[in-house]
Amino acid sequence: MIARLLLILALLLPLSAMAQSASEPKLVPDVSQRNINIQSRFTGAELLLFGAIIYPRGVAPSGQIDVAVVLRGPTRPIIVREKQKVAGIWVNADSIDFRSAPAYYAIASSRPIEKIVDARTAAIYELGLKRLQLSPTGEIETREVRRFTNGLVDLNQRDGLFAEAPGEVDITDQVLYRARLTLPSSVPEGKYIAETLLIRDGRVIMADDSVVVEISKTGFERFVTIMAQDYGLLYGAFAVLISLFLGWFAGYVFNRL
Amino acid sequence: MDIYLPIAGLSVNIVVIILLGGAVGMLSGMFGVGGGFLTTPLLIFYGIPPTVAAASASTQVTGASVSGVFAHMRRGGVDFHMGAVLVVGGLLGTLFGAVLFELLETWGQADTVINILYTLLLGGIGGLMAKDAWQSVSAKRSGKPVAASKRRHHPLVASLPGRWRFYRSGLYISPLAPLILGFLTGILTMLLGVGGGFIMVPAMLYILGMSANVVVGTSLFQILFVTMSSTMVHSLTTRAVDIVLAIFLLIGSVTGAQIGARLAQRMRPDYLRLLLAAIVLIVALRMALGLGWQPDEIYTVQFL
Repeated sequence: MIARLLLILALLLPLSAMAQSASEPKLVPDVSQRNINIQSRFTGAELLLFGAIIYPRGVAPSGQIDVAVVLRGPTRPIIVREKQKVAGIWVNADSIDFRSAPAYYAIASSRPIEKIVDARTAAIYELGLKRLQLSPTGEIETREVRRFTNGLVDLNQRDGLFAEAPGEVDITDQVLYRARLTLPSSVPEGKYIAETLLIRDGRVIMADDSVVVEISKTGFERFVTIMAQDYGLLYGAFAVLISLFLGWFAGYVFNRL
Repeated sequence: MDIYLPIAGLSVNIVVIILLGGAVGMLSGMFGVGGGFLTTPLLIFYGIPPTVAAASASTQVTGASVSGVFAHMRRGGVDFHMGAVLVVGGLLGTLFGAVLFELLETWGQADTVINILYTLLLGGIGGLMAKDAWQSVSAKRSGKPVAASKRRHHPLVASLPGRWRFYRSGLYISPLAPLILGFLTGILTMLLGVGGGFIMVPAMLYILGMSANVVVGTSLFQILFVTMSSTMVHSLTTRAVDIVLAIFLLIGSVTGAQIGARLAQRMRPDYLRLLLAAIVLIVALRMALGLGWQPDEIYTVQFL
């Protein structure tokens, strides 16, 4: 697949060079797997995000080029609750509603984000876990939003659902780049969008979010999920029957022994 | 060996799950309790989402209690009349429990309430059992028999209106008493994923005053129906029953239950009860510490 891609690239190269009026380079991103199937042996996945940087007239300019790749899962509304000690026991005391929290967020960059872009640019492109915009609902103090966001980030980071990998994008000859991102087994289904940013002199000169990875349950796992969601009565009855059968069967077998 | 659980949405080690089911099954075979009070917290501890843990544990308890019910039925150890009243109460309890669960979820206090309930129930019951078992063990040691309790059932039970005759239990009491008892355990089944045997058995003995030879069988009979109902209610409301998880738990627990039942025959009943009391108390202590200690996770996420 990669060979074919390179061939297409080679054919397109003169064309794209002509089409591009400015002297800005162009990004051709791709990913190792566009469909991830969750099956019974699924224990997580590793994605290789790679691609090429095409320069006008094929000449890499002097000066350092940096690349950042961001993989974002589907967003969903969530409530984050915070436990506090009340009368000697830990209970959920405070909470914030977030309208759009990504189910997965991983960023890899060729150098630490702080070193390649200024704070404003980083905030605009939401580069880094510290800069996630989760759209809290209601009027809430910025400090409080910060606290809950940090709590969520910390929790998801330990579960492998949020990740930050500075220095993990390898750039070869200023032309080819690649980054490896891992997905834990608990990733939710949905459309994952990979965004690639080409950065030079603290400026994002090219951004591409055309690469989409679809994660979905297949086969038996998909069947079970659909049954549980849409045919609860049948699903429950089956669960009851199978537990009755297994219980009876074990008794039967052991009585024979 | 890892396997992906489609409803829990993560992969787990099969061997761990089967062993967990086996250990719990062994206890349930030995003591005639469902063992749900151990499965749910252990699953949560392993990383399974709490609702999925409670829902799937109730499916597992169904399987673990089936063979027990058959065994007790064969030797006439089930009071069907009493069992039926308990089951009706239990079914109402699971429905009420489902509503309560929803309320607690939106209020955000489900896990705290569940932990407090666990601590109080297990602590109370464990303490009672330990005291009782200790008395009979030390009485045997010293050679003095325990003075038989004069009272058949709790005075509150006698004050309830209307009386039915429960022949096998040897009781002439108001059906409201077992109905309420069934209702309360039904709520617990729904909230905690437990069968309620650890509450039912002492309550039958000390509150209703049923004759001892039908207590375990009738309790298992009630657990069987109530956990079946709670699996159904979960399937229709929370949709959190993970059939793959339940099957692997069952494989472990039905085997463990048979081994446990055989072990129980070789052990002295008093020591058996003392052992169960110790296990219950340890779980209660762990739960209590969990409430007071700073939890590993201060923040939790609920999806809307």
